[in-house]
Amino acid sequence: MPILAEIVLPAKLEHLPVFLKTLIQCARDQGFSAKRINDIELVVEEVLVNISNYAYPGKDGEVKVVCRMDQPGCLIIEILDSGFPFNPLDQEDPDVTADIGERKIGGLGVFLMKTLMDEVYYQRLEKKNILTLVVHNK
Amino acid sequence: MMKENFLIKIGLTMDIHKKKEKDFLVITVKGRLDALTAPDLEKDLLETIAGGELRLLLDFSDLQYISSAGLRSLLLLAKKLKSAQGEILFSSLQGPVAEVFKISGFYSIFKIFDSLQDAYQN
Repeated sequence: MPILAEIVLPAKLEHLPVFLKTLIQCARDQGFSAKRINDIELVVEEVLVNISNYAYPGKDGEVKVVCRMDQPGCLIIEILDSGFPFNPLDQEDPDVTADIGERKIGGLGVFLMKTLMDEVYYQRLEKKNILTLVVHNK
Repeated sequence: MMKENFLIKIGLTMDIHKKKEKDFLVITVKGRLDALTAPDLEKDLLETIAGGELRLLLDFSDLQYISSAGLRSLLLLAKKLKSAQGEILFSSLQGPVAEVFKISGFYSIFKIFDSLQDAYQN
């Protein structure tokens, strides 16, 4: 599987645009639709924001993003951090039918991730969180 | 300052404009509502609400992107307004924003209009 991009940067919110711009470019180069590029942005933002905010409480750490082409029209995006173990897929889905009084304000990001990606896998390996997103062009 | 220039250069920013129209405060949000910009909108509108503006109409005709951080801020503002007997309305959602609103169930909890004119008439 050819690697299209690999970025390692401190896990800080200010680096979010660099990660997103790089992945958008990869997806564009592979002919992905504007809709699927938007989906990738939404999901990667969610994952990176969570890592920036929660993975390294009280200390600095890094996040690595690798973008591979699996086959034409299919990207595999891996997001790795060495922080606190966290499996976003364990989070319960929000009730998207609840009215405004009862709605929880959080939880939509992970729900979007499960809804928009074709496949999502989480692994904890060698003290790393590894989240793998599989996204097909549509 | 450097950070801001960089963000403008790569087009990852947000602009807010407000105007009073009928009995609404119309807030035009341009650009991106994401983890970097949503805190600014949230802070600005919480101050607006605290200042007594309880009928907000958000014009999204130039909003290109909204992420879960943006959705979170909108829910928080809506809850704040509800408890103050206020109201938040939305108008002119574009493709990607409309799609995220749909998945998140926002069409069943919010009043969403195709255009500002439609919103005024209601």
